[in-house]
Amino acid sequence: MVRHAVLQLAPEKGQITRNLARLGQALEAIAEDRPDVVVLPEAYPTAYFLQGGVRELAMTAAELEERLSELHARVWEGPLDLVIGFYELDEASGDYYNTAAYLELGGRGLIHRHRKVFLPTYGVFDEERYLSRGHSVEAFETRFGKAAILICEDFWHSITATIAALDGAEVIYVPSASPARGFDQARPQNARRWRTLAESVAGEHGVFVALASLVGFEAGKGMSGYSLVASPEGKILAEAPGFEEAALVVDLDLERIPPVRYENPLLADLKTGLGLLWNDLERVKERL
Amino acid sequence: MKKIYGLPGGETLELDLAATANFLVRFIQKELAWRGYEKALVAVSGGVDSATTLALAARALGPEKVHAVALPHKESSPESLAHARLAAEAFGVGLEVIDITAMVEGYAQQRPDITPYRKGNVKARARMIVLFDLSMAYHALPLGTGNKTERLFGYFTWHGDDAPPINPLGDLYKTQVWALAEHLGVPEEIVNKPPTADLEPGQTDEADLGLKYARADVILEHYLKGYPDAYIERLGYAKEEIRRVKELVNKTHYKRHLPTVAVVSNTAIHEFYLRPLDFRIEL
Repeated sequence: MVRHAVLQLAPEKGQITRNLARLGQALEAIAEDRPDVVVLPEAYPTAYFLQGGVRELAMTAAELEERLSELHARVWEGPLDLVIGFYELDEASGDYYNTAAYLELGGRGLIHRHRKVFLPTYGVFDEERYLSRGHSVEAFETRFGKAAILICEDFWHSITATIAALDGAEVIYVPSASPARGFDQARPQNARRWRTLAESVAGEHGVFVALASLVGFEAGKGMSGYSLVASPEGKILAEAPGFEEAALVVDLDLERIPPVRYENPLLADLKTGLGLLWNDLERVKERL
Repeated sequence: MKKIYGLPGGETLELDLAATANFLVRFIQKELAWRGYEKALVAVSGGVDSATTLALAARALGPEKVHAVALPHKESSPESLAHARLAAEAFGVGLEVIDITAMVEGYAQQRPDITPYRKGNVKARARMIVLFDLSMAYHALPLGTGNKTERLFGYFTWHGDDAPPINPLGDLYKTQVWALAEHLGVPEEIVNKPPTADLEPGQTDEADLGLKYARADVILEHYLKGYPDAYIERLGYAKEEIRRVKELVNKTHYKRHLPTVAVVSNTAIHEFYLRPLDFRIEL
């Protein structure tokens, strides 16, 4: 069992110090549950909509690691793994990314970085104006098993989770920031779609999905929340309410993955069958 | 064999009213909080938009944290003030009445050529002046009350009724505001009366606009989403109505923006230098 805590928090725009202090309080509040892994939303230290302010508020992965290590030493006993979305400055290239880091605090430190590949630049979103695209999706080893990170729109393309699962991920972490829209039902349309996606991706590949979704208002845009954890059968194990801060504490039983996949061997089938479609993938890629 | 017919799909203006109300309540709470306000100020005209805004504000902050103010002019319909009182009573908010006649007439007397239309704009801007002064006096944030339909049509006085810094109803069409008003318990007399700006005697919105809200809102939603005219016509709307909607939207884009600035640099505000309005950094 790997105990996870998904923290659905509402950061204050641009107030990195205060938001990290708030994270410290949230960690203290869940300390008695002794989570092994804590998952935070996209762009947590700064909030999501920054426009050109990304340049003023982005930090390097080393800076993030330093600040989180300091926080960890102050509020936590023992090691803690943390998944957190943030705006990253790559000092070598001077490029900015929408990144999520996996850190083993009190251990190996930063062990993986996923840079968002699919930058929404339509409707209310304008990411590619300010950010560079990542260009890779890969699974990585944690001290508990194999995981992958996809950020927000990355997860709306089923191919990214497919790559992660084929690469061996047992858990897919999804930090997101999703402004609510479509109020024709009790739960806004975007949140309904998130739930459907999580259920279907988890069920298709026999993986756990942990979605940490931002809350708070950003100049009229209400970040919807509804964070969740889905099981390898595609069942929702825990779900946060909309629009308010919440913590989900869920034990992920990774030993259940083999029996669940045995019963529903879609991933194994894909591994075998993918080659049959390779020519078609090449063909459609050529036409793009 | 059982035959099942599918729904045609399509755009909907239907709202889950409870969810929408909860969201707007939260919007008011949060947008006040980061600006450092605990109280709100609503100019109540007697119409459905401001009554609905008042209902949301009272629910968000508690009626004791909401100031309602009616701003009649001697030419205003007495019904407007009566309905403003009705709205304030319905939501347990105290109503202050400040007559703007002296302000408006003080200026109008110096301009004997003033037309009813121009004077209507002066009234709206006089109300804005009072609202912002009371905001400072009470440390209460003014709430805008304009709905999406009138915002899209430019059917408001620029730098008048569009001036308040936050607006809970600005993304709801008029017909959606009516539904929300009923849900929130806005008195029937207010919901059911013909909408009017009451800036000129006998005025109604639908006569001014030459359109019915119930029809205009559906046309707007399709037009904004990029449906071609022929598609909207097939839904049962006349060419002339569609043309009128597009005309009103397209002659008023400037009213939904800040004033035009001559761009001479690579740091022109809102053109190159882009920050969201809630952006702030630690210093």
